Amino acid sequence: MATFKDFRNNVKPNWCPGCGDFSIQAAIQRAAANVGTIPEELAVVSGIGCSGRISGYINSYGLHGIHGRSLPIAQGVKMANRELTVIASGGDGDGFAIGMGHTIHAIRRNIDVTYIVMDNQIYGLTKGQTSPRSEMGFKTKSTPAGSIETSLSVMEMALTAGGSFVAQSFSSDLKELTSLIEQGINHKGFSLINVFSPCVTFNKVNTYDWFKENLTSLSTIENYDPNNRMQAMNTLMEHDGLVTGLIYQNKEKPSYESLVKGFREEALSSQDISLEKDQFDQLVGEFM
Amino acid sequence: MINQLSWKVGGQQGEGIESTGEIFSMALNRQGYYLYGYRHFSSRIKGGHTNNKIRVSTYATNSISDDLDILVAFDQETIDVNCHELSSGGVIIGDSKFGPKLPEGVDAKLFSIPFTEMATELGTSLMKNMVAVGASASLIGVSTDIFQSVVEQIFLKKGESVVSKNMEAIRAGAEYFDKEAAGKVGDFKLDPADGQNRLFMIGNDAIALGALSGGARFMPAYPITPASEIMEYLIKKLPEYGGTVIQTEDEIAACTMAIGANYTGVRSLTASAGPGLSLMMEAIGLSGITETPLVIVDTQRGGPSTGLPTKQEQSDIFAMIYGTHGEIPKVVMAPSTVEEAFYDTIEAFNIAEEYQVPVIIMTDLALSLGKQTVNPLDFEKVKIRRGKLDTSEELPELDKGVYFKRYEVTDDGVSKRVIPGMKHGLHHVTGVEHNEQGKPSESPENRVAQMDKRMRKLNPLTTKFPEPIFKDEKHDDADLLVIGVNSTRGTIQEMLPRMEQDGIKVNHGQIRLLHPFPTEELQGMIDKAKKVVVIENNATGQVAQLIKMNNKVDSVESILKYDGNPFLPAEIHNECKELFVHGNL
Repeated sequence: MATFKDFRNNVKPNWCPGCGDFSIQAAIQRAAANVGTIPEELAVVSGIGCSGRISGYINSYGLHGIHGRSLPIAQGVKMANRELTVIASGGDGDGFAIGMGHTIHAIRRNIDVTYIVMDNQIYGLTKGQTSPRSEMGFKTKSTPAGSIETSLSVMEMALTAGGSFVAQSFSSDLKELTSLIEQGINHKGFSLINVFSPCVTFNKVNTYDWFKENLTSLSTIENYDPNNRMQAMNTLMEHDGLVTGLIYQNKEKPSYESLVKGFREEALSSQDISLEKDQFDQLVGEFM
Repeated sequence: MINQLSWKVGGQQGEGIESTGEIFSMALNRQGYYLYGYRHFSSRIKGGHTNNKIRVSTYATNSISDDLDILVAFDQETIDVNCHELSSGGVIIGDSKFGPKLPEGVDAKLFSIPFTEMATELGTSLMKNMVAVGASASLIGVSTDIFQSVVEQIFLKKGESVVSKNMEAIRAGAEYFDKEAAGKVGDFKLDPADGQNRLFMIGNDAIALGALSGGARFMPAYPITPASEIMEYLIKKLPEYGGTVIQTEDEIAACTMAIGANYTGVRSLTASAGPGLSLMMEAIGLSGITETPLVIVDTQRGGPSTGLPTKQEQSDIFAMIYGTHGEIPKVVMAPSTVEEAFYDTIEAFNIAEEYQVPVIIMTDLALSLGKQTVNPLDFEKVKIRRGKLDTSEELPELDKGVYFKRYEVTDDGVSKRVIPGMKHGLHHVTGVEHNEQGKPSESPENRVAQMDKRMRKLNPLTTKFPEPIFKDEKHDDADLLVIGVNSTRGTIQEMLPRMEQDGIKVNHGQIRLLHPFPTEELQGMIDKAKKVVVIENNATGQVAQLIKMNNKVDSVESILKYDGNPFLPAEIHNECKELFVHGNL
């Protein structure tokens, strides 16, 4: 059994002191240990941005790809080896701006990948521009007069896209976050976990204090049922998306892999790839 | 008796023109004739003129012919649009339903045959193309029996009565034409063929079969003309071999998903045309810097932008070679026949893994979609080589905090590769410049060491690559060296004897490895000729520019065609002759 320490490496993150991403890193390490995986059987695929560096800070197989494309890479990894635990991670710009096309299709495709978005509602690494998650009126370097675009309601979007596991958390709540990541990994299908991760340098509005004041934990809502999609949608709308916890899970929805005809449980990467002569002859014969 | 002819069927898109050509040529292929087809079609589902031009011969040829002997027309437009191609004394067989008329000044014989009426009498007007196939069989002197096995293959699933009805329609067409045309046409009777049953496939079939034979088990792809047949074949076949195809949301996803699978040790490809290639550019760079094998097929069509999406062109060459920002080692292969497309696809996966680089297989529309007779494919030549991929169960233990040296600087630049899941193989992979363990590094020394390591990987390739140039070198002192890529090979070959007849000595080289460029191989050919002429389907002479950049050559002439249609042998013959007579030779 591996412990969370086994998922630590000796690389010092280049995040600012106080950044929410540190807790998300710790939560992933804890969750990985708690679900019983080992570093060699975990692949973390990340995008570009401050948060994109996370694959380099976890002692596991890791691929730090290109901006917005962590999800297709992660899906390729999972299809190639179903036995791996695959986590994709990146920021809100990565997942909801440049990579939005992949996010929405990964949600509806439902390949068993756990996607953790480190949502700070701003572009940090490029030093403070607006993001699709920035509130209307939010002043940044790229929106000096305040953003004039609507902030994207990602949790609602995930529900309408047919998401089978939709959750949201706050980087300060390490316990809840760890538990949600564990549940996401154990979920047989695509899981989206959006995590509010305050940017202490560039986002002076959505601070730790702001979130503490504005977030509602679903555990405080009486009779909240995460299997009820309509209740999930209503609750999100009532709270302007500012809730934390497991918003919705559909355990009945089969994963993409389980629906692929002939797709074996054994990793594709360990199967023999050479053809027998009779197989070849039959294939060629079809063109006669 | 004749040993070759050209037959064309045309009508409105969506009325079975393609399948008419398919049935006609499949049956002839099974008799041992050589077939070579080119489809003229538009980017729409129904309506608009479409035609399928098929060359039939008793000898191997990979070229359409200059003219047309037989035109089967389902509408007047087919006659009006195509009659200029007809050779003197050629034959038009039209459906009497539309009242076919011979345009003024056309020296051809027109037969009006009640295709639709006869088919309707036999059960359904849908069989009108079978009546046309029968009439054609009569004209070229083949028995209608040769269609039995093809008709069974296509229609048996609909019941035996459908098979017999279709055969009846073919026979009725033949009998009607026999009577109608007796003594009125020239000799279009084909010499008997050798009876060999060869393969009949398009380039895309060969690439798909090559991918499957070469161990590819995963293909993420986005549909596009003229590449989709590759994914369509693998959608059917991969499940039997444990793999699958995913239709992705776009080509960026296709390319990056393929990178993810290759990183995880599964041979994976994607296929597209120019627009998709443009979208993949950034990901190709990721494959390059992370040294992740990757195979991409670019079936070129008319560009730029949407350009001429269903037409022939060879204008993505620079994009393939130079596309992606920054500098990476990359391979661009250009098969020039369907057979080569099969073997090259297998080799592409071997090269991608041996050198840990992206490999692009370049084709053009005529090669990808032209259905033709193909010599038997040799199982013995199907070999899988995975290079420095470590397949041992377990690696030596690593010290705590130390990663496996996935990017170890080696003499040949290629490092040992391990895949996720392997014990003691942990390492990081990033598109950021990195050190030997894959960890980000901006140190100038490391940067230079890693760049040099990557860039020297391909040094041995031009000498190790099997046949980087197809050579037909009959002369040590040729007047002309004619160079082409992809599907122009057959057309150039068709031209050579005509040039010899004119007393012009011509050598021919078809470049099969475009990047890294086979400079030395080509120099040997250049030195044996007075003049170099490059024939290519683009407006800027991209291959000619590559030659000027890489080789010692006084001048390079270009024969270019970018109107959407493939070269005809007569066109390049005339232009080459012109260059020889009036050019600076």
